[in-house]
Amino acid sequence: MTVTKLHIETTINGEPREFLCDSHETLLSALRNGLGLTGTKEGCATGDCGACSILLDGRLVPACLVLAPEAQGRAVTTIEGLSSGDALHPLQQKFLEHAALQCGVCTPGFIVAAKALLDAKPNPSEDETRYWLAGNLCRCTGYDKIIRAVLDAASEMKESAI
Amino acid sequence: MNGMLAIRYETPQSVGEAVRLMAADPDARVLAGGTDLLVQFRAGVRQPSAFVDVKRIPELMSITIDGQGLRLGAATAAAVIGEHVELRTLWPGLVEAVQLIGSTQIQGRGSVGGNLCNASPAADTTCALIVNRADCVIAGPGGERTVPVEEFCIAPGRTVLQRGELLIALRLPRPAARTSDAYLRLIPRSEMDIAVVGAAVSVTLDANGVCRSARVAIGAVAPTALLVPEAAKALVGSSLDAASLKRAAEAASTAARPIGDKRGTAGYRRTVAGVLTRRAAAIAAGRARRK
Ligand SMILES: Cc1cc2nc3c(=O)[nH]c(=O)nc-3n(C[C@H](O)[C@H](O)[C@H](O)COP(=O)(O)OP(=O)(O)OC[C@H]3O[C@@H](n4cnc5c(N)ncnc54)[C@H](O)[C@@H]3O)c2cc1C
Ligand code: FES
Ligand code: FES
Repeated sequence: MTVTKLHIETTINGEPREFLCDSHETLLSALRNGLGLTGTKEGCATGDCGACSILLDGRLVPACLVLAPEAQGRAVTTIEGLSSGDALHPLQQKFLEHAALQCGVCTPGFIVAAKALLDAKPNPSEDETRYWLAGNLCRCTGYDKIIRAVLDAASEMKESAI
Repeated sequence: MNGMLAIRYETPQSVGEAVRLMAADPDARVLAGGTDLLVQFRAGVRQPSAFVDVKRIPELMSITIDGQGLRLGAATAAAVIGEHVELRTLWPGLVEAVQLIGSTQIQGRGSVGGNLCNASPAADTTCALIVNRADCVIAGPGGERTVPVEEFCIAPGRTVLQRGELLIALRLPRPAARTSDAYLRLIPRSEMDIAVVGAAVSVTLDANGVCRSARVAIGAVAPTALLVPEAAKALVGSSLDAASLKRAAEAASTAARPIGDKRGTAGYRRTVAGVLTRRAAAIAAGRARRK
């Protein structure tokens, strides 16, 4: 039995992209293995850890629980799409300044999830931020630095928007 | 292993096309948000011959509220439901149940139809749908049929859906004046866990604050979520005072038929079913009084 690959046309970080995938492959696998976008991480592969967080048509989702062919005609945003050229996104800059990462495996997921939060709610409270990020697990840094980095990025982005 | 299988991925654009695909292949599975199905697939628990992705069918992805009530497309993501202001105002208990599902990421995918069709006794939305008298709108080769939600799940992992059928929407009647609902669950942590017990209550009050009708449902304490008419009976005719709430709690505990496991003994679950029923009734009553 020959298994034919599916040909998918999608938009990734604003650019039209095409890739081949198996029908039951995850979008996480297609991004990492097919497209070489290894910024998005695999932690659990079961929706529990948030390391694979991406935006699909602007909506925060776990790429490990999206089938690759679902990306047909949709818009995908990954961690690679956050900086503009060499200029880091404020969230990336604040994670550095607050030392909000150690091994870094959870970091892309946290930053993409935090971007979705700030897109929806530019001025979140600490409580809202903690609940929003409850599906992102970090096993080294500890959550306080991460939360502080997100809140600091929010206030800086608000100031620069004025 | 998975790599060797020729699994199809289908994107029907209409209910009719989805029904034809499902009827033609008994091993095809509906894919909504995939937050149950893809986890089970990766674990080898399910090996479908095809994923029938229903998220390109408009009827399954829309929310309409009119004079009759709510029509909730079965595959609408939890996050979309949580953002719907009118839905939150009319059915706060249903929306709080929806918002308990998983994390922000899971909310971006998981649907009420998937929660129901997965038929876990601990599914968070089932009790809230039951107390709101939801009907399941089912499409199949023979046309459409409607099943009250409390009859939809028949055993853990099993529903009334027959070959070729899929759930297309949930229909909820518009709440009467001074009607509201609430859902509570017990989990050992504050986020991201499966209910040890869940309880939903809906009450309708008259102008004097007397309860004219009530529905109570409890989850994770039997093979399927239970509608508990005895608990509702304890509330009707009362002003939802402490004594009637206590009687409702006792009725819920009596109706519960839980198993005991590492997440809670049977006795503990039975007690908690009563406690959550009492608290959910008090919250629903408070909301109904403000309407
Ligand atoms: C990390 C994590 C946390 C979770 N937390 C919770 C929680 O707190 N509470 C809770 O209740 N659940 C929880 N879940 C389970 C799951 O997210 C929910 O049950 C969700 O609502 C499933 O919806 P879905 O759209 O993703 O379903 P899918 O996975 O797409 O489908 C589930 C099942 O229903 C079938 N199906 C789906 N839609 C239809 C339809 N329209 N017609 C016929 N059959 C259909 C599918 O074939 C499949 O068998 C969690 C899951 C994960 C991974
Ligand atoms: S890898 Fe997707 S949530 Fe963990
Ligand atoms: S920095 Fe290592 S998991 Fe978060």
